[in-house]
Amino acid sequence: MKVIENFLIRVAYAVILLTAVLILNFSMMHLAPGDVADTISQSMGGADKEILDQIRADYGLDRPFLIQLGSYIGNVLTFDLGYSFFYNTPVTELILQRLPATLLLVFTAQVLALIIGVMLGVISARRPNGLTSHFVTLLALFGYSAPVFWTGILLLIGFSLNVHWFPVAGMRDVTISGGFWVHFVDVARHLVLPVITLGSIFLALYSRLCRATMLEVLGSDYIRTAKAKGLHDRDVIYKHALKNSLSPVITLAGLQFSAVISGAVLVEAVFSWPGLGTLAFQSIIARDTPTILGILFFSALVVIVGNLLTDLVLRLIDPRIGTK
Amino acid sequence: MTKPIASFENLRVEFETKTGTVVGVEDVSFKIKAKETVCVVGESGSGKSVSSLSMLRLVEFGGGKLTGGTLKFTRKSGETLDITKADQSLMRTIRGNEIGMIFQEPMTALNPLFTVAQQLTEGLRTHKTLGKEAAAKRALELLYQVRIPEPERRLNQYPHELSGGMRQRVVIAMALACEPRLLIADEPTTALDVTIQAEILALIDRLKQETGTAVMFITHDMSVVAQMADRVVVMHRGKKVEEGTVEQIFENPKHDYTKSLLAAVPKLGEMKGKLLPEPMRLMGNENTKFKPLSGSDEPLLIVKNLTTRFAVKGGFLRRTLANVHAVEDVSFTLMKGKTLSLVGESGCGKSTVGRSLLRLVEPLSGQVSIDGQNIVTMSPPELRKARLNMQMVFQDPFASLNPQMLLKDQVADPMRNYNTHSGEALDKRVEMLFDRVKLPHSFLRRYPHELSGGQRQRVAIARALALNPKLIIADEAVSALDVSVQAQVLNLMLELQSELGLSFLFISHDMAVVERVSHDVGVMYLGRIVEFGPRSKIFENPQHAYTKALLKAVPIADPRQRRSENDLNFKPLASPIHSLHYEAVPSAYETISEGHFILTTDSGY
Repeated sequence: MKVIENFLIRVAYAVILLTAVLILNFSMMHLAPGDVADTISQSMGGADKEILDQIRADYGLDRPFLIQLGSYIGNVLTFDLGYSFFYNTPVTELILQRLPATLLLVFTAQVLALIIGVMLGVISARRPNGLTSHFVTLLALFGYSAPVFWTGILLLIGFSLNVHWFPVAGMRDVTISGGFWVHFVDVARHLVLPVITLGSIFLALYSRLCRATMLEVLGSDYIRTAKAKGLHDRDVIYKHALKNSLSPVITLAGLQFSAVISGAVLVEAVFSWPGLGTLAFQSIIARDTPTILGILFFSALVVIVGNLLTDLVLRLIDPRIGTK
Repeated sequence: MTKPIASFENLRVEFETKTGTVVGVEDVSFKIKAKETVCVVGESGSGKSVSSLSMLRLVEFGGGKLTGGTLKFTRKSGETLDITKADQSLMRTIRGNEIGMIFQEPMTALNPLFTVAQQLTEGLRTHKTLGKEAAAKRALELLYQVRIPEPERRLNQYPHELSGGMRQRVVIAMALACEPRLLIADEPTTALDVTIQAEILALIDRLKQETGTAVMFITHDMSVVAQMADRVVVMHRGKKVEEGTVEQIFENPKHDYTKSLLAAVPKLGEMKGKLLPEPMRLMGNENTKFKPLSGSDEPLLIVKNLTTRFAVKGGFLRRTLANVHAVEDVSFTLMKGKTLSLVGESGCGKSTVGRSLLRLVEPLSGQVSIDGQNIVTMSPPELRKARLNMQMVFQDPFASLNPQMLLKDQVADPMRNYNTHSGEALDKRVEMLFDRVKLPHSFLRRYPHELSGGQRQRVAIARALALNPKLIIADEAVSALDVSVQAQVLNLMLELQSELGLSFLFISHDMAVVERVSHDVGVMYLGRIVEFGPRSKIFENPQHAYTKALLKAVPIADPRQRRSENDLNFKPLASPIHSLHYEAVPSAYETISEGHFILTTDSGY
């Protein structure tokens, strides 16, 4: 099958890209002044050159650059991202601990923003001068321009401090006990404000883009053909028009996978969300090289897999992609 | 007397625009009976499409409003309905069900994301409440009826996998799906090649005979009208100016506008026995006589073995997978002061030849000499200098002019680039060029959007003339224009040729226009010239099978010379894409008479 062959080619590109990211990350970290030995000696209150050399030899930091790089790549291939001296835990374990929280936050925000954004986009495209349309324009402007931490803090003040509807921080309340549903509701309650904060950026993007492409599609010839067939408005809009205007929105959504790190750091910081963003922030402060490298690798992996998925979805929607 | 299927009575359609109300259609009345084809003919902006969209009440989606008159439609039940008073939900039961519509552009009229079967069955399932299987069966039947090659395979294909002609067949099948009483065809063949046009016209005509549906056929092309119509309605600026049987309109037109419209249409074959090109007839200025140039026998442009290929890239690391053999071993000579036309259907490589000559695309091999210098081997600075002598006029004057630039600057631009004129001399020359192409000086300080298509093309010609070139390559330069405007622009080109001794390479798909303006003609097919010779030889004594077929497909603006479906015998266009190992054979020609050659090696036809 041509589609599968093309997709496999994309996967091969992705692997090459990921290796390049690995090399680049490692080299940059290597070039930056200071290493683990410095950090460890600092935590011991200082050490002389001999001890530093000893530490470096213990951790293999005295070997030539290429050999270090080679062993790093070899380890990554076996999902060994190294050992965090700061947390005293293997990096892979550390990341896997934090990953679910971040994924939960980002995916919920993404999916909700996609669904609501597309709905708002469609409604406002049908009546470009209607109330919803003006609302979408305003919302988009707000979503673009309001900084995440500001929105987050405002929501906290409004809904956690003033009316106590939602918890202030964290992902779960350690004091409660009960079955699955009790915990589910608890996490969901913690999730609301971070999701609104993060989702507002996505929502602004998607609703605006969907409105624009939908307007364009509604003016196209095949929509007129569909109307001339005597189809119901519902079919014309949600079948013929929507499918055609989804591609750009999905492309954009795919690009937003990078928000797993970039967007989430700020939101996680505001809401003390125990995710990758918080971990990244802490390890940068602690100069915990293996953890930073691990997170960089992981975010690259998420972005690349996200793009592959986007590509696959686009291929499923649009038969013209990858056939020429 | 049987009731007409549809009747337009004093229809008036208005459009609200920012600058006020514009009347799109005013007081138009005519009737369409069963088994009758009524052609509504007129130039762009005449309101012909607006009338047809009113019948479906689709005009409202484009911002139009029915503000007067009635549209009577006789339904299957025999009841007569006033379409102007029907609400949209009632209209939905008529659209696609009792009135089918075929649109102009088959490339965009189909939804790219749904298969042929999905788009064909949709209407059936809505109107006839057929089940999935029954609808699929009917869809296949329809594809057989419109004689699409390999109908079973088409069902599960997407529009982009079909050629333009096949797509239009699908659009027609869609319009016919529910056996409508009225079929509205809005310029259904305008975007198609002439051989495919001939097939589609024959198809619509046969389907009308078979199903007894009434046909409202909208077109700007009088030749198509002559082939299709029982009765003709001529529209001009939103009004009906004349109505009559096709014979009356063609043989005894009453209204001046009809007369001028007919005059401007070149008729294939009317140049028989004439040696030189002739200006187009235009009503009202028969007096502007100028003598078309006989040209010299001194070569200006010699093209030898020109080959241009494009790589098809794909796969891992974007390797070259195959080559598009766009132009394959083409040779010809253009004499000073003459017009050489390259004709052929879309994809035959005629435009690529034009672009390769200027090296707007890089030819793979071959020689192009203008005044003895080989353009193909020139360095960039030499090429820049050589382009002084060769200028181009493109097809779409809406796209080839910069919308943000004053017209005088656009015409002055080449002279500024080459620093040939400056200061007052430059202004003077721009004014002179505007006079040349017969545009008033008041246009100097205007922008392209303030001009009509014909006026814009005049600006494009003025720009091409700015550097005093010896050769102008006109790539479908009049194809996008209305007939009367087309005639004016063609006459301007002929006049400039006779005054300035210009040579034209005229690239066109329109055989009738080519017959009128050329000295020599090259017929192209699949990247090669299959027949080349003086215009009279090509048109009066065509030798190559493809030239014959092409000439047979051209509709003639005379209702007494209709083509029948049996005359048509076309093969689908072969693909110019070949694998990397493919070795193209050199073109070999046989001389029929002096200057008249046909290709003897395989043309792919």
